[in-house]
Amino acid sequence: MITFESVTKRYPGGTVAVDQLDLEAPTGKTTVLVGPSGCGKTTSLRMINRMIEPTSGRVLIDGADTSAVSPARLRRGIGYVIQHSGLLPHRTVVDNIATVPLLLGVDRRTARARSLELLERVGLPQEMAKRYPAQLSGGQQQRVGVARALAADPPVMLMDEPFSAVDPVVREQLQNEFLRLQSDLGKTIVFVTHDIDEAVKLGDQIAVMRVGGTLAQVAGPSELLARPVDAFVAGFVGRDRGYRALGFTTVPSSVPVEREETVRLGESLTTARDRLAHGWVLVVDAEDRPQGWLSEHSVRSARDDLVTPDALNLGGTLATVRGSLRELLDAALSSPSGRGVVTDGQGHLLGTISPAAAVRLIEEHGSTAADAAGRGETA
Amino acid sequence: MSNAFTWLTDPANWHDQLGTPGIPAQVVAHLEYSLGAVAIATAVALPLGLLIGHTRRGASIVTVANGLRALPTFGLLILLYVVISPHIGGRGDGPYLVPTEIVLVLMAIPPVLGNTSAGVGNVSPAVRDASLGIGMTGREVLLRVEVPIALPLIISGVRSAVLQVVATATVAAYVGLGGIGRYLYDGLAARDFSQMTGGAVLVAVLALALDTLLAAVQRWTVSPGVSGRFKAGTAQAALGPAGAARPGAPEAAAEEGVPA
Repeated sequence: MITFESVTKRYPGGTVAVDQLDLEAPTGKTTVLVGPSGCGKTTSLRMINRMIEPTSGRVLIDGADTSAVSPARLRRGIGYVIQHSGLLPHRTVVDNIATVPLLLGVDRRTARARSLELLERVGLPQEMAKRYPAQLSGGQQQRVGVARALAADPPVMLMDEPFSAVDPVVREQLQNEFLRLQSDLGKTIVFVTHDIDEAVKLGDQIAVMRVGGTLAQVAGPSELLARPVDAFVAGFVGRDRGYRALGFTTVPSSVPVEREETVRLGESLTTARDRLAHGWVLVVDAEDRPQGWLSEHSVRSARDDLVTPDALNLGGTLATVRGSLRELLDAALSSPSGRGVVTDGQGHLLGTISPAAAVRLIEEHGSTAADAAGRGETA
Repeated sequence: MSNAFTWLTDPANWHDQLGTPGIPAQVVAHLEYSLGAVAIATAVALPLGLLIGHTRRGASIVTVANGLRALPTFGLLILLYVVISPHIGGRGDGPYLVPTEIVLVLMAIPPVLGNTSAGVGNVSPAVRDASLGIGMTGREVLLRVEVPIALPLIISGVRSAVLQVVATATVAAYVGLGGIGRYLYDGLAARDFSQMTGGAVLVAVLALALDTLLAAVQRWTVSPGVSGRFKAGTAQAALGPAGAARPGAPEAAAEEGVPA
């Protein structure tokens, strides 16, 4: 657990970056510091590993005052990931990852072996080991940065906007990898971002800070969306809160899906025509995995005799039983046929659900969501 | 030129005779003055430059040192000779050597100091921050991060110091010392232009040879991650800006056999 005890950072000249901060980041959880620029979130993070020294107050890790050990020793026990990776350009990927173990006196062979393991852990192929950072894409560099932070297996990790300098597609991949890694490793993480969506997606606990370095609200993600304490937090948390809050309720396995007639890729268009329902038929592969919708129009105008992938409408998203109500509603709303496709955990088709049925399910199961939507009106 | 060629190829000029040193002996003397000066200058400027670059303080020292470049070498040598030499005892070369070395050292300091402090000072703040943040001490950051990254600039500072000093060390002959400068001054005095041209060619060849040697040192010591000379086969897959632009060295591919 990381504890801030009335921590203040005042710069010469009187600027107060962080003002009397009291906060606990629980062990094994991800605490996200989020807020507009100038709110002191990065300053707060950097006071944990003493990259910035507090003017007053104390920062404790598992009850031990961080000011009691030398900064270098303290930092070797804390993983640190920053926005622009900060990899050492003159060292190969494997040696970059091994940096902290080598500082700690681990022998080179062991450190390298551990590096290769970590490379795989963060989803990079072993061939990358001998490359230099300049030969990697931004997303790959961030992955190496995460691997480096994990190398000495520190219980605590500090991440300062680690995913904000990569493009949105890569960012989402990195976020998903982060969640997967964290569910395996259970580190105590403090994560700084200015992106509330990222905060809500990754955080177990979210601390919203306001300019002047004070806490506006500390809450879990669904609680934050459902009950922002004041107009600042409500404004910062932003639009579509009710819809986003659906992301925290999972689709029950008893989800009432309708049986959907399907046609396989490679079957004849005549079969497809016979199975059209309200102008659409769902196409699946040999393993019963949904591939897309085929419209009556394309069935009639197709030149081939068989169902081919290029005739498919890919507009609809997929929902899974283990996924969120948000995905379920989105699948129903985005489907060109008006029937949202639901799959089991392995991607096999379960059936479809109409938007109306999805909303009924939300009314039954999504009390938080309804609550959030209700509060959202007044804020 | 043909006369210079004749002079350079005349075996008589390559042997010491009657108290007159031959070309090899003069080249050695020239190297001693030059490399001695560069060594002293590096011993002073390198640590100072590392300190200035690492702390990002004292940039004014670099400015002052750069001002040294404006001093007229020849005038300074005469001045130092007049002022210092009478105070240096002994019967050896001391009275001539000390002013000469001072002038050459002053000439070698600015490029080494300037390049070292700029090279270290320009290391990306993200890299410095991350290095400190993962638990390196200031000294470790300097020696394990900043120096390797600044190495190309540091070595090129030494290279320009060597080039300048080797070319200028000919002035040693003016105050009566040896070195290749002898051929320039003696040739001028005797109106022996083939000797003068031959001496000039020797200086140029010596300077280029030393520069080539240091270029090789630079190539061996600088990390491919810094120089961008990646091995063939790994560069293609690179998405980073540095990787895509540079095809790797062909000989490296043969040696490593890295698949594309």
